[in-house]
Amino acid sequence: MTALIEAEGLTRVLPEIVPVTLVEDVTLTVGTREFVAITGPSGSGKSSLLYLLGLLDRPTAGTLRLAGEDTAPMNEAARAAHRLALLGFVFQFHFLLPEFTARENVEIPMRKLGRLPRDRIRARAGELLESLGLAGHVDKRPDQLSGGQRQRVAVARALANDPPLVLADEPTGSLDSQSSEQVFAILADLVRDHGKTVVAVTHDLELAVRMGRRIHLVDGRVVSDERVAGAAPG
Amino acid sequence: MRLILDIAVTHIAGRGRQTLVAVVGVAVGVGFSIAMAALMQGGQDDLIAKLVDTMPHVEITDDRRVPAAQPAEAAFDAVAIAGLRPREDRRGIINPTEAFAWLREWVPGRVAASLNTQGVVRYLGRDVGATIVGIEPDAERGVSSIVEDFVEGSFAALEVGGNNVVIGDRMAERLGAGVGDTVTLVAATGRSRGFKIVGLFHTGITARDEHEAYVLLKSAQILDERTNVINQIRIKLDDPDAAPAVARRAEARLGYKSVSWQEANQQILEAIVVRNVIMYTVVAAIMLVAGFGIFNIISTITHEKARDIAIMKSLGFSQGDMQRLFVLEGVAIGTAGSVLGWLLGFALVTALASVHFELSTGGRELTRLPIAWAPLHYAIAAGFAMASAAVAGYLPARRAARQHPVDIIRGAS
Repeated sequence: MTALIEAEGLTRVLPEIVPVTLVEDVTLTVGTREFVAITGPSGSGKSSLLYLLGLLDRPTAGTLRLAGEDTAPMNEAARAAHRLALLGFVFQFHFLLPEFTARENVEIPMRKLGRLPRDRIRARAGELLESLGLAGHVDKRPDQLSGGQRQRVAVARALANDPPLVLADEPTGSLDSQSSEQVFAILADLVRDHGKTVVAVTHDLELAVRMGRRIHLVDGRVVSDERVAGAAPG
Repeated sequence: MRLILDIAVTHIAGRGRQTLVAVVGVAVGVGFSIAMAALMQGGQDDLIAKLVDTMPHVEITDDRRVPAAQPAEAAFDAVAIAGLRPREDRRGIINPTEAFAWLREWVPGRVAASLNTQGVVRYLGRDVGATIVGIEPDAERGVSSIVEDFVEGSFAALEVGGNNVVIGDRMAERLGAGVGDTVTLVAATGRSRGFKIVGLFHTGITARDEHEAYVLLKSAQILDERTNVINQIRIKLDDPDAAPAVARRAEARLGYKSVSWQEANQQILEAIVVRNVIMYTVVAAIMLVAGFGIFNIISTITHEKARDIAIMKSLGFSQGDMQRLFVLEGVAIGTAGSVLGWLLGFALVTALASVHFELSTGGRELTRLPIAWAPLHYAIAAGFAMASAAVAGYLPARRAARQHPVDIIRGAS
């Protein structure tokens, strides 16, 4: 297994009058084709850890290597370029750009990366949406879609540049049980059939136990890191 | 950059009402700035044009800036000389032919000589004090605008020769005389002669219309008993701005007081400077208010888009991309507003230019608002609007782009 994420002593302290520690001394390694759940009570630092791993935030101490590259010396533009090529984000709320259609939302990261010609970008956006059951909704804007459909568009957008790592923050948190199940199945499928690594923050223990690995945080510290037998790959 | 442009266009198009308000806000600022500048500049241009057109650009008279040295002063090496009876020099420009020829040689423009003398115009027992101006009609035509100010008869009738006179319409009114009547001109010397009125002019300047009478130079010289004498040389230059230099050179050589139109109207020109300060302050104030409006609208849009900024950053857009995006949106709104503002400004200026009012008949009185049609006004107004819009897009976008996306994502979840 090749290491995709290598974190050592990762710490994030908010510089308030009384400093607040969000994440403390987290050391972990995540390889390819892993399906990892980050769990913990509210305020335990789950999302904060995810944002550190996703280069949306900078640690106050510790090191983080992504796909073998040290992220510490990277400037803002280099971190943005890494997010574009290596990472896909799925948030609890879909966060689609409201003025754009589903297809355009999926096209934007591909156009930004600029690896594919426009016609291939358009075709790939259509294929991704179709594969997530949104064939008839490609030209709809977010306000014309249901919550589950929007979240699936958000997943398609996260996969647009075919990143090896997908980070999901409570991806089913705002969905009904049926849509939750659909989104979970898609994420599991990404790991099993497409060789992606998915790291998902969730407070839903039922979902967490179905993932291959579960990292439990309390007060920003990893208290357990266990692989779940008989769960989805990882 | 194409992607950023597409996103900017979609953002703007997707927020029709807000965009329209922003564009109209910019347009109103640009339009009114243009109209105000056109009006203020027009007023100034009109005033200067009147000064430049109606006056000779350089006037050389037989006066001197310092009194001529008396022979005694040259003869005696004394600290002061008192009780001396000064020599009475004959008034007039000495060697007028030579001076005239020298000026014609190098002056870039037209030169005309005249003899101005004080006298009285008499008709039916009524007397009106007058400046009797002896001129050569051909040369006068090149330096004076009076040729265009005739309400009856014409300047050309003077050229026929003989004892003809043209007078101002107000003088004619006071005398009760008209074209074809013969009036008597009495010079300060006491000599008088009958002159037939062949034209009436109306310049709009009461002092001239009531107290000026033009005759042929020869007639004036005879009337004033000063054969071959002139006491004024007037110059109309191709470039009015060259007047001070021409006046200096003429005075240095001829020794006579040479006054440029700028010197003659120094106080008015100083007042124009003050007026300019007021004009630019007013226009700048309008633009500043418009600039704040643009800033307010675009920064509101940018603020509302803070979540989108965070999302796009999470997708892999850099801080610089986000700043470019919103500056582009600002500039796009600024451009659309400027184009609309140009149309509005043009319409306002056209409307102002069409305002017509009658103050008096004929002459040079204002009958329309003086308007300056200057492309520079359009360029400055649009440039200012675009710069305001760019700054209005840049500053909030920089603030939003610098904000931690995590804070926004957490806040929006």
